[in-house]
Amino acid sequence: MKPDDKTRIAHVTPREFVTRREFVGATVLAGGIASIPLAEAQTDTQDTHLVRCSIIINNQAHDLTLDPRVTLLDLLRENLHMTGSKKGCDHGQCGACTVLVNGRRINSCLSLAVQHEGDKITTIEGLPTGGELHPVQQAFIEYDAFQCGYCTPGQICSAVAMIEEVKAGDASAVTPHVSEQAAIQFTDDEIRERMSGNICRCGAYPNIVAAVRSVYGRNAA
Amino acid sequence: MRPFTYHRPATSDDAIAAIGAEKEARFLAGGTNLIDLMKMGVEHPARLIDITRLPLASIEERQGGLRIGAMVRNSDAANHALIRERYPVLSEALLAGASPQLRNLASMGGNLMQRTRCFYFYDPSYSECNKRVPGSGCAALSGYNRIHAILGASEQCIATNPSDMSVALAALDAVVQVKGPRGERSIPILDLHRLPGNTPQQDTNLRPGELITAIDLPALAWARRSHYLKVRDRNSYAFALLSVAALVDMDTDGTIRQARIALGGVAHKPWRIPQAEQLLVGKKPGDAAYHALADALLRGARPHRNNAFKVELARRSIIRALTTVAAMA
Repeated sequence: MKPDDKTRIAHVTPREFVTRREFVGATVLAGGIASIPLAEAQTDTQDTHLVRCSIIINNQAHDLTLDPRVTLLDLLRENLHMTGSKKGCDHGQCGACTVLVNGRRINSCLSLAVQHEGDKITTIEGLPTGGELHPVQQAFIEYDAFQCGYCTPGQICSAVAMIEEVKAGDASAVTPHVSEQAAIQFTDDEIRERMSGNICRCGAYPNIVAAVRSVYGRNAA
Repeated sequence: MRPFTYHRPATSDDAIAAIGAEKEARFLAGGTNLIDLMKMGVEHPARLIDITRLPLASIEERQGGLRIGAMVRNSDAANHALIRERYPVLSEALLAGASPQLRNLASMGGNLMQRTRCFYFYDPSYSECNKRVPGSGCAALSGYNRIHAILGASEQCIATNPSDMSVALAALDAVVQVKGPRGERSIPILDLHRLPGNTPQQDTNLRPGELITAIDLPALAWARRSHYLKVRDRNSYAFALLSVAALVDMDTDGTIRQARIALGGVAHKPWRIPQAEQLLVGKKPGDAAYHALADALLRGARPHRNNAFKVELARRSIIRALTTVAAMA
């Protein structure tokens, strides 16, 4: 698990980083005159101090120069073109942007990229090894655990970390008697509670629960 | 989002110096609330001081209790062996909040600093919000106020504090350690958050430039018998409509030696009236004693058009939480 020798270097300047929403919004306001939003973007960011930052993403080191406003999610999608992680709500309410940071699941939409200096990020693109899908990915296919698929990368990243949390003995809000610190019974209620940070608008929950249960069963066996 | 400068100091002193007297600077921890508020246009700091790398992420035994560093993540505190064993009400409250992903980001200090989830505060397209724009009015008073306060509110603001963790800390008599330009001080948890009064823009009694460094849990052997009950619109991943943190110390003769109750979702701060808890002392556990306590806690409750249900919900939740705790082995 060591980074590739060749480090990728990307400079994300504020000028490049005009989000689609800002651009479209400003263009509409300006009646389609493109020079106005661009000029605004430059003025907006004139006194922003760019930040140098090294982040390891899916085992590859990236040396970045970042506008501090860039979230980890936007860095992945807009600048590194890793579009597996999805932007659903962009407010930490849906879980579609879930990635692993040093093995722990987080909402990448609510975390600034510059806060991740030195961190190891794993996205859905980084889960397969040697051309083989991760067992959780395979289980989602086997159990038909999605319809439209938009929430799926977040669901899968979340499930990968969740299984580790259960193995570590972490309690959840439905674990009886947190003070006793007994081994976690991997019930469907536990799966639902532990996966509640990932919303599926299609309602594929029964099959998501079945997929997660099957992977945990295999691991435990 | 408004541009800001980003700083990542190595020590608490550097962080406090970096924030200085700058009104438009904010400490940035997990970011789960602040980044969101910046996206919404509610917060627009000119300078962010990232405190996530400060050496404030340990949990240590201290004077029979625990000192929890401000940068300990909510998930780590919830699953710390000593917190689960000695202060289950805090583990339960933390685990009832947000989602696993958010708890992995959110810090203990940041959780204390959460701002209200009042719809009218969170959305600047509403022009009236005294908390966001002092003097502009309160849209919630005549708006949809189902989630709002029934206790301790004012004509200026009926927002509630959204934190589950703070309700458990209130019941545990936690002490918040802060450090600022004028040195260190300790703030009892019940003095940290404020009632809105005429200055709802001020959530806490922290002074400018002060940094929360730790939360101290006092030695409290009987906190093992404790529970956090959260009532919400869906079973998980939702803010509390109402919550109860309850601790009960039972005497050998089956009467209550002492008890502590704090309510969430009803006021601008965790709602606790220590004198009211005296009503349970020496009493047999049961509805009669619990009703008397509920009466005292809810005295002066002033519901609004959409949240009258909270008064009865609070009463029933208090009784249920106390019944659960009193029945614990």
